[in-house]
Amino acid sequence: MIQSDKTSGDAVNHPKTVLLVDDDLDYRTAIRAQLVSAGFQVIDAESVSEAKARLEECRPDLAIVDLMLEESDGGFSLCYQIKKRDASLPVIMVSAVTSETGLDFDVTTREERSWIRADAWLAKPIRFEQLMAEIKKLLKD
Amino acid sequence: METLRLLVVDDEAGIRHSITRALRSYDVQLPEVDTEVRFDIESASSGEEALRLVEASPPDIILLDYKMSGMSGLEVLQKLQEQSRDLLVIMVTAFATIETAVRATKSGAFDFITKPLTPEELKSAVRKTTCHLVAQRKARKLSEEKRRIRFEFIRVLGHELKAPLGVIESYLKLVQNRISGPEIAAYDEMVGRCLARAEGMRKLIDDLLDLTRIESGEKKRELVSIDVAEVARAALEAQKPGADQRGISTSLRAPEALEMVADRGEIEIILSNLLSNGVKYNRDGGQLHVELDGDDRTIRLAVRDTGIGIGPDDAAKLFDDFVRIKNESTRNILGSGLGLSIVKKIAKLYGGKVSVQSELGAGSTFTVVLERRPAEAAADQLARPVA
Repeated sequence: MIQSDKTSGDAVNHPKTVLLVDDDLDYRTAIRAQLVSAGFQVIDAESVSEAKARLEECRPDLAIVDLMLEESDGGFSLCYQIKKRDASLPVIMVSAVTSETGLDFDVTTREERSWIRADAWLAKPIRFEQLMAEIKKLLKD
Repeated sequence: METLRLLVVDDEAGIRHSITRALRSYDVQLPEVDTEVRFDIESASSGEEALRLVEASPPDIILLDYKMSGMSGLEVLQKLQEQSRDLLVIMVTAFATIETAVRATKSGAFDFITKPLTPEELKSAVRKTTCHLVAQRKARKLSEEKRRIRFEFIRVLGHELKAPLGVIESYLKLVQNRISGPEIAAYDEMVGRCLARAEGMRKLIDDLLDLTRIESGEKKRELVSIDVAEVARAALEAQKPGADQRGISTSLRAPEALEMVADRGEIEIILSNLLSNGVKYNRDGGQLHVELDGDDRTIRLAVRDTGIGIGPDDAAKLFDDFVRIKNESTRNILGSGLGLSIVKKIAKLYGGKVSVQSELGAGSTFTVVLERRPAEAAADQLARPVA
């Protein structure tokens, strides 16, 4: 669903749209509220298929994708598909620390990250200021 | 086959040799601790030499002469006690008085044999000592393992409580900062999520208290004759509001009355866990069916839902602590991950078991079979930890 934009913050004249993909409802709810408050339009999706459907409908200015969706590498393949379709769309990958999730899947080496081609990486739990700093950096042009 | 180190300490060369000869090819069969043991034998001709050898590479068992020139066996024993070593000592003496025996065992000797030694006496003492040593070490290992499991449980529990608490805190901070403006209605979703996560924490704590109660055996169980059919009807009634809300129809097939000897509270926990799962993991508009029957010896209780089902890999670990099956269909369902593990532990108290048949996407049937009159043995188990 598209949240109404409050014209404030750094998106005064051109409200930018962020696609937020995460299967954790609480995480989505909290980040969405903060992004909306910072003046963004937010489209959210809880799965790879839902994210793909949203991408058919609109072209966001930036995507925030959790690494771990339905399958442990769901975010990984989604990021790959986003970039294949539109390499200029900035993607921020978010991943929980391996020890917390107990997963043996993790992306830590430079090589693995370059292969996935995300523009920025953040570890969960995310500090919102940190997320905003990355977003500003990626949308500056 | 395990090899233990055995040290023979005697100032008479003849005795050292005959003991070594007798034990060299002695394989001890210990079916009681499921082990077979043979010995590497070393010898020392004085107490001083023995202590040096112990220092260099500690043996498992020492055959120690009581009366030696220089340091006596008793003095060696006292030194070993001070070092608190993981070994057992068999005292060997020519003076078989009560007094020497008492002094030796008081100083920490495990056994006591008298000269002249027959190979049979020697072997029998060594066998007994070996058995004790092996059993003691196994018990120690087991208690370390138990400690480890306990710590792991507490670690996971800590994580399970910390996660929702963190979520609630971050929502509260957003509300405090008026992130969605001054209208209170703008925060309804956040407040709703806080309440849902708080309820999840409460359920986890309730389950944990149930589990502790069952495992500690502290609460006195009241084993009386109860009517399971009546307990089942009440448990199903309690789930009705939640089921109605999601259009899930409920049904029960049970005899008018079905008596068994049980603690009513425990049977209620089994039923409420299985029935609430039956609602939680069902689809909207699905069915929840409970069946109850029994023969002379057992009661069978089956709870069938038309929900998301469980894959065979997941079903295998379903009854362990903190197992929650995570996939696309369960991600918005809150649970403690303790419910089924509690059901299994209670069923065990009634000499029973829990099983599940399931088909992904079609539904699951959980079946619990309980003894109608739990044996005394099983009832006794209550005083002890179940796991």
